Amino acid sequence: MSVNRVVDWLEERIDLGAFRHLLQEKVVPVHHHTIWYYFGGMTLFLFVIQVVTGILLTFYYRPSAEEAYESVQFLMTEVQFGWLVRSIHSWSANLMVATMMIHLFSVYLTQAYRKPRELTWVTGMLLFAIVLTFGFSGYLLPWNVLSFFATKVGTNVAGQVPVVGHTLVRFLRGGDEVTGGTLSRFYGLHIAILPLLTTLILGLHLFLVQQQGMSVPPDVERASAQQPIRTMPFAPNFLLRDLFGWFAALGVLAALAAIYPWELGQKADPFASAPAGIRPEWYFVFMFQTLKYIPARVGPFDGEVLGVMGFGLGGLFLFLVPFLDKRAALGEPSPLFRWTGIGIILYIAVFTALGYLAPGPK
Amino acid sequence: MQIEERVDQGRRLVNLFLGTSLGALFISIFYPIVKYLSPPKLAEPTSFSVTIPWKATEVKVNSGRVFRFGSRPGLLIKTPAGELKAFSAICTHLDCTVQYREDRQVIWCACHNGVYDLNGKNISGPPPRPLDPLQVKMRGDQITVMKA
Ligand code: FES
Repeated sequence: MSVNRVVDWLEERIDLGAFRHLLQEKVVPVHHHTIWYYFGGMTLFLFVIQVVTGILLTFYYRPSAEEAYESVQFLMTEVQFGWLVRSIHSWSANLMVATMMIHLFSVYLTQAYRKPRELTWVTGMLLFAIVLTFGFSGYLLPWNVLSFFATKVGTNVAGQVPVVGHTLVRFLRGGDEVTGGTLSRFYGLHIAILPLLTTLILGLHLFLVQQQGMSVPPDVERASAQQPIRTMPFAPNFLLRDLFGWFAALGVLAALAAIYPWELGQKADPFASAPAGIRPEWYFVFMFQTLKYIPARVGPFDGEVLGVMGFGLGGLFLFLVPFLDKRAALGEPSPLFRWTGIGIILYIAVFTALGYLAPGPK
Repeated sequence: MQIEERVDQGRRLVNLFLGTSLGALFISIFYPIVKYLSPPKLAEPTSFSVTIPWKATEVKVNSGRVFRFGSRPGLLIKTPAGELKAFSAICTHLDCTVQYREDRQVIWCACHNGVYDLNGKNISGPPPRPLDPLQVKMRGDQITVMKA
């Protein structure tokens, strides 16, 4: 009753046609890869959780080298449900990176980046870079030993970039060293600049998805050249399945946060040695592990410069893949790109595993 | 014909003025922002010395400790032979702070397993250069460290 009245009231004043269209006519193709369609929405859901818990955290967090650690400690021990909010924020961040990686690589392997969805892919890659920056900057905010050294190493990695390296490091650190100045910078980045960028690019990403509909993998497309592909309505069929997934994710999050509250560790001390067993967040571990293996010098190059350049090129390749993969654009199979993608996934998987399993230094 | 050409010219002139003033506007907005974001250089004295807050006799043989050397960490070690040495504690690989490993009698960086010998020379792992040495001066029981 009243819902209809509200809708009618609105409709007399504004044209709701677009929404109506979205709700009634959007369909989702059904085939053996349909499962992958859920991971984008899942990432979005976790992002919303990040926004909510992140805003809550700002009420107690104090961004300075003197107070950051103490304020998080206060939050974890004194504030009612403070531990829960922070733990959910940290866990959800990690799950979000995970679902995003699944989303990214499933899109890659089903070649959904091919024409006409190049821009959707590019905006998606930008979002991925933003999320990693979110992770990197947020990691420092509690100002503990692990995050302090992770930031030192991470920003120094940026310093390996030829020519502009030094300027870049100073820009990132807000000086020559990682100090409270770095913390302020990362805070501003984490709670103002990155959210703004995300909103803009995410809006564009979703708009494009909306405009173009879901991509159907080329092999499915070819197999069903005769009859049209089966679909299901977005609302309510797909949306309810989405919701189910979100509920499950919320349950997992709550369980993780309650059973494994996020640790705070030791307060950062710029005049203490890096502790043994130091390691970045899991999604950076494959790079970290690679840096361990690269010798000091490879031919005429510094090892770490080479490593950093390698990762840069890898990222650039992923970024530009819709424009490089000419065969996929024509709807033909392109095994070269498929296997390159699988190679990248394997590399990340193997080096991440090594980071956790390889015997540590004695 | 003639008139149109003149009108075109006039338009081009207007566009030029508008364009350059818009450009100038953008520059006058972004230049201060970029400058604002690049942190001011703090003058580090090129030569200074630091008196270490603990006495030479308090430093055990075959041990090492990190001390404050200006805004950066330094590492003071007493070798198994009883010699005092000091280095910058900043790993030459990617900036972590190194430590003295009593069990292996080396200087070690936990971040990527870099190893330096007791002269600060990089002997294994990713560090590309030796640690920067610092100069140790004794004044009675007091240890003073300065840039080498
Ligand atoms: S920072 Fe010391 S080994 Fe990498």
